[in-house]
Amino acid sequence: MPPDTNRRRFLGLAAAMGVLPVAGCDQDAVNAEVTATLDSAETLTRAAQRLFISRTSLAPEFTEADIAPSFRPNGSVSPREHGYKAFAKTKFADWKLRVEGLVEKPLDLSLADLRAMPARTQITRHDCVEGWSAIGKWTGAPLAPILDLAKPANTAKYVVFHCFDAPDYDSGDDDGSELSSDLKPDLYYESIDLIDARHPQTILAYELNGAPLPVSNGAPLRVRVERQLGYKMAKYIKSVELIADYSKIAGGNGGFWEDRGYEWYAGI
Amino acid sequence: MTSLTPGIDTHGGRAETANPLYVRHSPVVRAAHWLNVVFMAILLMSGLQIFNAHPALYWGKQSTFADPALSMRATGQDGSHGVTKIGALSFDTTGWLGLSKGSDGELTERGFPSWITLPADQDLATGRRWHFFFAWAFVVNGAVYLLYALASGHLWRDLTPRAREWREITRSILRHAMLRFPRGEEARHYNIIQKLSYLGVIVFALAMILAGLAMSPGMDAAFPFLLELFGGRQSARTIHFILAWSFVAFLAVHVAMVILSGFFNNMRSMITGRYATGERSPDDAA
Repeated sequence: MPPDTNRRRFLGLAAAMGVLPVAGCDQDAVNAEVTATLDSAETLTRAAQRLFISRTSLAPEFTEADIAPSFRPNGSVSPREHGYKAFAKTKFADWKLRVEGLVEKPLDLSLADLRAMPARTQITRHDCVEGWSAIGKWTGAPLAPILDLAKPANTAKYVVFHCFDAPDYDSGDDDGSELSSDLKPDLYYESIDLIDARHPQTILAYELNGAPLPVSNGAPLRVRVERQLGYKMAKYIKSVELIADYSKIAGGNGGFWEDRGYEWYAGI
Repeated sequence: MTSLTPGIDTHGGRAETANPLYVRHSPVVRAAHWLNVVFMAILLMSGLQIFNAHPALYWGKQSTFADPALSMRATGQDGSHGVTKIGALSFDTTGWLGLSKGSDGELTERGFPSWITLPADQDLATGRRWHFFFAWAFVVNGAVYLLYALASGHLWRDLTPRAREWREITRSILRHAMLRFPRGEEARHYNIIQKLSYLGVIVFALAMILAGLAMSPGMDAAFPFLLELFGGRQSARTIHFILAWSFVAFLAVHVAMVILSGFFNNMRSMITGRYATGERSPDDAA
């Protein structure tokens, strides 16, 4: 939105409430103040939800009869990033998930390795930040045991998912060609804290509704973070990194959509 | 028509005794009322911004994309018509719903027009920030009001209908319909219609908050009964939307009544607290 609109609206509001003298304000300072004030609600929401939601309380699970006839894909539906298409051609036989960062033992896990690990299947509701919901059956490897294998350092606070897709270029109506390797697009990434990372329903899903994860829904692997909104559940995962803080990654807000103004805590 | 004009019977010194001012609204009630005006205006406008991110409503646990309960879209060969569908019914709402002019003057596909959304242009992230900040403000304001109303006796003394009032409800409705409002001693208390309206608003506000929380995947994990209560997340979203517009309908009637039953007196009582009951007029007797 144009900043001018925001500014006018706020000043109008502030004047109406008698909070601020309208004349003589540094408008950029006022703007920054408004954004910071509005953002404080996110901290409050996260604190309140963490108070009410126990670490292990589960997102509602549904029955086979509830599964949506077709699971609506959103964001990237066909990544054009260099390298992805080659993996897709061989059905990800050569793809490996790298687990790295603040860990004692970095891992490289193939799809076969992941499938050989204990699996969890859950029928859950996917809530898009736009407002719609779709129910699907996900099968995958719980993230907690994978973290245990990698042995995170005590300094590790967040898990970052680095992805193949670049949503700015991967809309459904592109020509599908591979992106030029000169192009440095903003790649999708997401981060969650260790509370969500170790939650029993947090799985690295390789199946949707009993079939291998389709490309449109994030093949070969997507994460499920069932107590938050859809944009937290990164698709097309390339690697998992344990970190102490996300301020140095990309835009510094902890995720692709967070860098575009959305909340890092998406439990609401 | 004298009953529509409070204070008309007062002349000079008589006004002191015949038309006394009494304190109708406490400072807490007045502050909560005007804060709510601001908060709810922002909540409505930012809520419509959020709705516009997916301008369709569904009933049940999830979205049945092909068969929404309500939708606002641009349709036609070149998307030149705004069409609002409610169930099987379809309305051309070009310029208002589905397709309207934005701040750039161009006709654009959007649910509600930009003049009623906050921010004006399509910006879900900012709309959510406004909505959730003022949702907290609304909850805190409501909690302060409710605690005060319980502790001070306001809820019981001023808002709870008495058995006698239930028996007179038909008469009260008829008198409202004829725009004949209580005066004199009778006007010192809310009548049954007022009591039920204001209690109803409180109940609606609580339902509104619960329906909002039922849309949160985090809260659904903590309190699954929220989903049972509303029949699923998409039903909760639809109910939240309906309640929002019910508030707008309440507002229209509320403002009309404020104007018709003595605009100046009513505004004074909600600003300074003091309300003039006026003399009891002969045609109000019996």
